[in-house]
Amino acid sequence: MLATPLKELLDQAPDGLPEAFAVVGGFDDALVHGLARLGEERAAALSALAGAVAATPLGERAADAAAKAAAGSVTDDDLAVLAGARAALLGAAHDALLDSLDTALGRTRAPLEPAAAAPPAADPFAGARSWLRELAIAGWRGVDHDLVAAAGQTIEALLDEPRLRRQAALLDGLAAELRACCPVAAMPRPPVRRWADLWTRALLFARPGAAPGIGEDVPSVSGRLFVLGVDVHEHATAVQVQAHGVLEPAGGEPPRLVRTSVAAAKVDTIVGPALWRLFGGYPVLLGALAGRHALEVTGLPLLASGDLIWHDDRAVAGEPFDPFAVARIRLAGALAPAVPALDRHPVRIAEPVLAEDYTIERGERPALRLGEARLEFDLDRLPSCGPLTPELVAASTACIGLVRWDAGRWLLQPLAVAATVKRKPVVAHGGEWATGPTDPKVVKAEARSGDAVAVLRERAGRLLRR
Amino acid sequence: MDADTTAWESSSVARVVPPARPRKLAKVPFVELAEGRLQGVVSSGSDIDRVYVSSIAAAGHGYNCSTNNNRPCGGLGGAPCKHLRALADEAVLQYGIERVARYLRADVDGAASTGADLIAALSGGREPAPAAIVFSRFLRHLTYLELPVTTEPIPELHWFPATGAAR
Repeated sequence: MLATPLKELLDQAPDGLPEAFAVVGGFDDALVHGLARLGEERAAALSALAGAVAATPLGERAADAAAKAAAGSVTDDDLAVLAGARAALLGAAHDALLDSLDTALGRTRAPLEPAAAAPPAADPFAGARSWLRELAIAGWRGVDHDLVAAAGQTIEALLDEPRLRRQAALLDGLAAELRACCPVAAMPRPPVRRWADLWTRALLFARPGAAPGIGEDVPSVSGRLFVLGVDVHEHATAVQVQAHGVLEPAGGEPPRLVRTSVAAAKVDTIVGPALWRLFGGYPVLLGALAGRHALEVTGLPLLASGDLIWHDDRAVAGEPFDPFAVARIRLAGALAPAVPALDRHPVRIAEPVLAEDYTIERGERPALRLGEARLEFDLDRLPSCGPLTPELVAASTACIGLVRWDAGRWLLQPLAVAATVKRKPVVAHGGEWATGPTDPKVVKAEARSGDAVAVLRERAGRLLRR
Repeated sequence: MDADTTAWESSSVARVVPPARPRKLAKVPFVELAEGRLQGVVSSGSDIDRVYVSSIAAAGHGYNCSTNNNRPCGGLGGAPCKHLRALADEAVLQYGIERVARYLRADVDGAASTGADLIAALSGGREPAPAAIVFSRFLRHLTYLELPVTTEPIPELHWFPATGAAR
């Protein structure tokens, strides 16, 4: 990351961004109060949303849906169209933001290939759509225990079908937050943007064929994978480990930025380093994360989105390497993947970068200073399953991280740092504890609380199959 | 409206539910604040196949404890039994006393820090409770661990960043 282009990125927001977010905000406010109590002002906000997509193929339908919502006769399809309009605006915001980031990083991105039409699929989502409609009509302010509980059976049924894990994990996460905040009317301020995002996403994916899964025609790749860092996602009943890296394809093609993911269902009491135990079936991947060695992979499907579909039996451990050295040489020239149409949302921006030769600005919101540029660290995103701490980041001299954008600002999420602690150089990586914690204090705490995964699996084995 | 409120409202990744704190699960494998109750499952100390279902209601603080086969707990006299005390202890570890007391609308003072402090702040007596429902919620909780790991990406989880607050 270079000082001058970074400064330009931080100083200059893309044209039209505040206007787009103002329109989105109007729709989100309507969801706070509920479509049943729109009133003039919020009905106008829905028209404004429709107006913002007037020049697109959605335009006419969106205007119609906004009018029907104002008249109090909104159908599932109308709601889907409004959700589509909101997603389209945020998609445009995403494109503008990512484009300025790519410019600042000098990153080349593969063009998006048009998606093939999804084959006709079954529709197991009627329950989800009807719950999401109830939510929209009641508004977040109208959410109570009964309304949250109404999603229970729907989510249970989606969870039972492995191919619907995306929808299930999303609805389960939203329902858990609503449950914890019940009655929402008593909450000082609900997380307006967030819940509208989750609602929109859930509705767009509660349709047959929206997430068709991995088809037969996905090309596979072989080569050498260097994992540079690990991003961890978690809510009470799901965890995903997403490794960001550079793939050097066999046969001498140029290197590419890729991700590979493993995700497990879990329960709320499995937290911290215990999370890694859910992935015991992936010893080659976990070994590489903990041991910082390359992976020789053969015939792994690679999606256009840059997602490498992991198969532990198609990889073997390679040579140890220094992620900072590889990031320094390889990140600049690697080809970045296209972002699939439906995934275009600012929350999905997560570009791996290397920052070095910076100074740290301490304070309530620590940041790195590179020349004139000041980029804040996202310290809320340091997971409890790894060794990174705010103190280590504040002592760092180099950082591999993901550039992210949220609530109007750019942030750097640290994935690995080189730091000076008590005058000694230390290096810490998010995946370091993948095969067990290495910090004696954490080992001791783990031993004290016992193996949560094993205890619950024993209980499940004894009680579930009777 | 101050800047922090605005940032919270306009953040896609605002943290809404604090993650559970790590605790030992052997004795009390399941604790939840749901359906208007603090409820959970306590493993029997003597019989590995038996569990107790214990609960305390937010409304009126009525409590109950029975086996999963709906036999009343023998230790339940005029005061909460050892299973209910264990449930309170573990709930305080998992959620922190503030969150549990708020949910139960229990009036604990600022110095309160343990499950015993919580129990002392309750005013209810023994009352019937839907043990079968709580037990089936526990079984459903356990089924999450039976679901297969997936290697297909779940882009939706970008809205749910892992945080370090558990430490």
